[in-house]
Amino acid sequence: MIFKKFSESFCSLLKFSRLNLALILLALFFCIPIVIVCGSLFFPAKDIWPHLIDTVLTDYIFNSLVLLIGVGFFSLLLGVIPAWLVTMYQFPMSRYLEWAILLPMSMPAYIIAYSYTGVFDAAGPVQTIMRELTGWEYNDYWFPEVRSLGGAITMLSLVLYPYVYLLARASFIEQSICVLEVSRTLGCNAMDAFRRVALPLARPAIIVGLSLVLMETLADYGTVQYFGVSAFTTGIFRTWFGMDNSLVAAQLSAILLLFVAVFLYLERRSRKQLAFNHTSNRYSPLLKQKLKNSSAFFAFVICFAPLLFGFVLPASFLGQWAISTYSEALDINFYILLLNSLSLAFITALLALVIALFLGYSNRNSRLFINRFLVRFISLGYAIPGTVIAVGVLIPFAWFDNSLDEFLTLHFNFGSGLLISGTLFILIFAYLVRFLAVSINTVEAALGKIKLEMDEVAKTTGMSHVRIMRRIHVPIMRGSLLTALLLVFVDVLKELPATLILRPFNFNTLAVRTFELANEERLAEAAVPALAIVIAGIIPVIMISNSISRSRPGYE
Amino acid sequence: MKKTFTIIIFLIFQQLLNAAEVNIYSARKETLIKPLLDQFNRDTGIKVNLITGKADTFIKRLEIEGKNTPADILLTVDAARLVRAKEKDLFQEVISDALNKVIPNYFRDIDNHWFGLSLRSRVIIFSPDKVNKRELIDYLDLANSKWRGRICVRSSSNIYNQSLVASMIARHGINKIEIWASRLVENFARSPKGGDRDQIKAVAIGVCDIALVNNYYLAGMLESNQEYEMNAAKKVKLFWPDQNGHGAHVNISGAGVTKYAKNKEEAIQLLEYLVTDKAQQWYSDINYEYAVNPEIKNTTILGEWGAFKSDDLNLSLLGRYNRDAVLLMDRVGWK
Amino acid sequence: MNNAIEIKELSLSIEGRQILENISFGLGEIGIACLLGPSGCGKTSLLRCIAGFEELNHGEVWIKGVIASKPFHHLPVEQRNVGMVFQDYVLFPHMSVTENIIFGLKDQRAARTKERLDELIVLFALEKHISKYPHQLSGGQQQRVALARAMAPRPGVLLLDEPFASLDIELREQLARELRSILKQDGITTIMVTHNQLEAFAMADIIGVMGDGKLRQWDTAFNLYHEPKTSYVANFIGEGVFIKGEVINSIEVKTDIGNIKGHAPHSFEKGEKVRVLIRPDDILHDDDSKVTAYVRGKAFRGAEFLYTLETQNGLYLQSLVPSHHDHPMNEPIGIKTEIDHLVIFTDEDV
Repeated sequence: MIFKKFSESFCSLLKFSRLNLALILLALFFCIPIVIVCGSLFFPAKDIWPHLIDTVLTDYIFNSLVLLIGVGFFSLLLGVIPAWLVTMYQFPMSRYLEWAILLPMSMPAYIIAYSYTGVFDAAGPVQTIMRELTGWEYNDYWFPEVRSLGGAITMLSLVLYPYVYLLARASFIEQSICVLEVSRTLGCNAMDAFRRVALPLARPAIIVGLSLVLMETLADYGTVQYFGVSAFTTGIFRTWFGMDNSLVAAQLSAILLLFVAVFLYLERRSRKQLAFNHTSNRYSPLLKQKLKNSSAFFAFVICFAPLLFGFVLPASFLGQWAISTYSEALDINFYILLLNSLSLAFITALLALVIALFLGYSNRNSRLFINRFLVRFISLGYAIPGTVIAVGVLIPFAWFDNSLDEFLTLHFNFGSGLLISGTLFILIFAYLVRFLAVSINTVEAALGKIKLEMDEVAKTTGMSHVRIMRRIHVPIMRGSLLTALLLVFVDVLKELPATLILRPFNFNTLAVRTFELANEERLAEAAVPALAIVIAGIIPVIMISNSISRSRPGYE
Repeated sequence: MKKTFTIIIFLIFQQLLNAAEVNIYSARKETLIKPLLDQFNRDTGIKVNLITGKADTFIKRLEIEGKNTPADILLTVDAARLVRAKEKDLFQEVISDALNKVIPNYFRDIDNHWFGLSLRSRVIIFSPDKVNKRELIDYLDLANSKWRGRICVRSSSNIYNQSLVASMIARHGINKIEIWASRLVENFARSPKGGDRDQIKAVAIGVCDIALVNNYYLAGMLESNQEYEMNAAKKVKLFWPDQNGHGAHVNISGAGVTKYAKNKEEAIQLLEYLVTDKAQQWYSDINYEYAVNPEIKNTTILGEWGAFKSDDLNLSLLGRYNRDAVLLMDRVGWK
Repeated sequence: MNNAIEIKELSLSIEGRQILENISFGLGEIGIACLLGPSGCGKTSLLRCIAGFEELNHGEVWIKGVIASKPFHHLPVEQRNVGMVFQDYVLFPHMSVTENIIFGLKDQRAARTKERLDELIVLFALEKHISKYPHQLSGGQQQRVALARAMAPRPGVLLLDEPFASLDIELREQLARELRSILKQDGITTIMVTHNQLEAFAMADIIGVMGDGKLRQWDTAFNLYHEPKTSYVANFIGEGVFIKGEVINSIEVKTDIGNIKGHAPHSFEKGEKVRVLIRPDDILHDDDSKVTAYVRGKAFRGAEFLYTLETQNGLYLQSLVPSHHDHPMNEPIGIKTEIDHLVIFTDEDV
């Protein structure tokens, strides 16, 4: 009662609706871990900073920058060009490539890193056979080193480019084909039309994809650590584990976040200048141009290469290893792992979608700065390494649990122990903090397509809000909502560090099992659960692709 | 509302009453500890709940959870983390004759906060084609310029290297070791990457001539069901460093009972179980680690390698100098 | 071959469906042609064939004396030197008005580009909008930008696909006339597609009426109205009704509303049963006439009423009557026929 009165007066003071207040509180809830990470900046750190600056910090920054630039460049290359080709042209296998190009998405970065190392490293079969055939010694020839900065760029690009591909393709499909036809009548050949019209129009979508890629790159620990690359994340954990200083580790993460925030802010500001509303509402069916002979062959090669190196090869390496170990690995415990992974991924994806919808709507209906700010702030979670997020989640919940316990003990002589910490709830919460960015981005893009006028039209026919959502918004957004759902699903399936820390007793996932075996350098045994992650991820990936094809107005 | 509350309380009660269990935070991987815990469960009827992960995150979690932590035991795979947990006041004293009798006192904490359960040595492996065994002496010798471009070792972010350098600092002082480490880095054949098995493979194919690895990795590869691993391991030989001096560097896996353990008795029972002959033999036979109980006979490849002189440095010092070791390795550019 | 555009026996089928069938016509320099027809008749497809978006199954397209399309030969769109304005303009949303207009010019910084830009801005009265973005423009402004953009590279042929469809009806005819004078002034050969006859009449030198993928008649507006070659064209162009008749001689037909006499001889045999097209302007209101008909419907058109009348013998006719003759419904009024162009078709044709 008091709360109600308070909230009413508070709302009227700030011109909020009560619904909006609830949404803001919801958003704030998910900001807590990120605030905790950033809050570390306000605590002075002892003597570690001068040491870091004198010795390794430049290395961390340099390597991370090279990594970002490299992964960003190759993700664009591997993502945008095939997206364009499969959208506009017909060539051998193009109908299958359309979705198959997405498959590397189901491959966790550390797994592809392990499998490539296993095969192409100096001690691996490829170089061994090469040496046996030629009689060369290790030092007699040059072979690209898998475990290097370049290798890390390659591995991360190969599994992250699908984000760019996904968004670029969705954007190309959405563009009115007329825009491209106009440019042809104005003397542009296909290449010019791509460069001068399609690409600039798809820019906002591509940048969203790119920023997801870059944030994942910054948060990656498994790959860079295994490859011996001193990147920012390796620095974070070295400081924490090696020097026993989790504060400075959090500060390093916070600095990382600041960079990301500045980048995102600048990008948004530059985009705001231009309103990219499509000027044509008319969509003629997309007639794909048939490519012939050499151009068809090249198109096929360009689209198949990322798939080959990002999925076919590593998956077949894994398959090869799995053959020798699967009979031992496929016991009842394995199916429990599978079930755990799938249900966690599904529940999280569903929750993420619902929350993203709430926040997306609050952003759409309200012009308040605070709503927009909070949503942007939550999205930063994607750039924080899972381990750091996990600690950021543990701190407030353990504090809450302990306070509650103390309170109950004092007043009822009865303790509650740790009520939430150590349950699946806290793990799912951590996933949400980390992955909400993905679903929010997707949902916001979808909501952007629904003009406010549509709501107004519907309201004039006397529809309630719920009915408007069900009858108008859901059908329009269905494809995007499914995409949001499945992206998070695949991400959770692959997630490792937060799971490692926060999972309850006796609870394991495929990712944990894979990591433990691979980390023990037992690649052959790691292959079965790794392959299971990949296979479990394939189905949603194919579904994502189909939902996008159907999202095009006039799609038949 | 009232109903859900009663249900919650009921559940909590049930948890408290259901006493015959013990909860473990384990930095040892599931496959390397679960079989023992299952055996314990069969023998005693006490249920073991396990989470595996990284030692440092568990230490952080214990700190954050405070007195309500569910964990009764923290199990790690190196001494430095045990020392760190003790420094943060996360363990409690355990008085157990069984433990004290089996575990030599240099493998357990002075205040009986933690206990070593198994041990391994960080050894030099070498390619017999390229290195004469007589050239090898000890860790300090690795800084000699004769090894220029011939040494493989993994990243200094790894605890095994941190512990080794910490033990060297404890023995020789920080200044001497800083010079040693900077020369060692100059002798690297390549920028550190991969794990210990990778270093063994690297020696096997001639990337480098010698490498620093934990001995159980070599044993694991020799016993591997993957032919290529076994072949690689057969191409290298093991050398026990510093046998005329302090002895080879050793580290332990160990555990302690947490300060706020709810199931203290079961926890102690489990620790005692882990030093029984049966469990200790398991460490040797399955994990290729040495038992802390000197009575245990090594039947596998460990037996073939025979006895060696191990460094009897107080393991607490590994914890004390860990941070210095990391800072030092940063300074000398050991990636 | 002096025509700017020459279409010969053009046929197009897409996925086995015949879209266009055996179309031929030619259009001279600076000519303005309209393709007129109901939706789905294939007029836009024909335009796209000329632009080069579709590949032909049969026939030829010549543009400015160059063969652009025939089976197994297809000049890419961008090499045809055609300009095209799409139905809803399709401006590039990421470019300003200026950027849109000069998009098709090769050297964007050349002085000539600037000259052309200024010229078009004046021509289309866009002075106030040059730095705006498409979403800041009204429909009419967008249309003018789209036209300016298409005309900027001085295309050999300009193709307009329903350019007025998204505009207010009141504006259409006026804009069509304005556009016509701009096109003539700039000397551009133009083909426009529309389903609106008034637009076509206002714009075109010559009109092609299309139906079911065929070109039914290629003629001036006047001829289409007064001398339709087929009943399809007669039906589609203007208003009117068909009534039964019987040929009396080479210039006269006997009908239920009396004998009707044309100015020119027709080709039907004496005694043949035919249908006669009666336009509303063929039936005049005359209070003195003995022939009367009942008012069964009326539509006010400002200066005139369009009456629907029922004759004594049950025929329905239409008549345009000056609007001061305001008769109530069902009242009989006197009528007389005055037909300059006798348009007759065989009985089965209708």
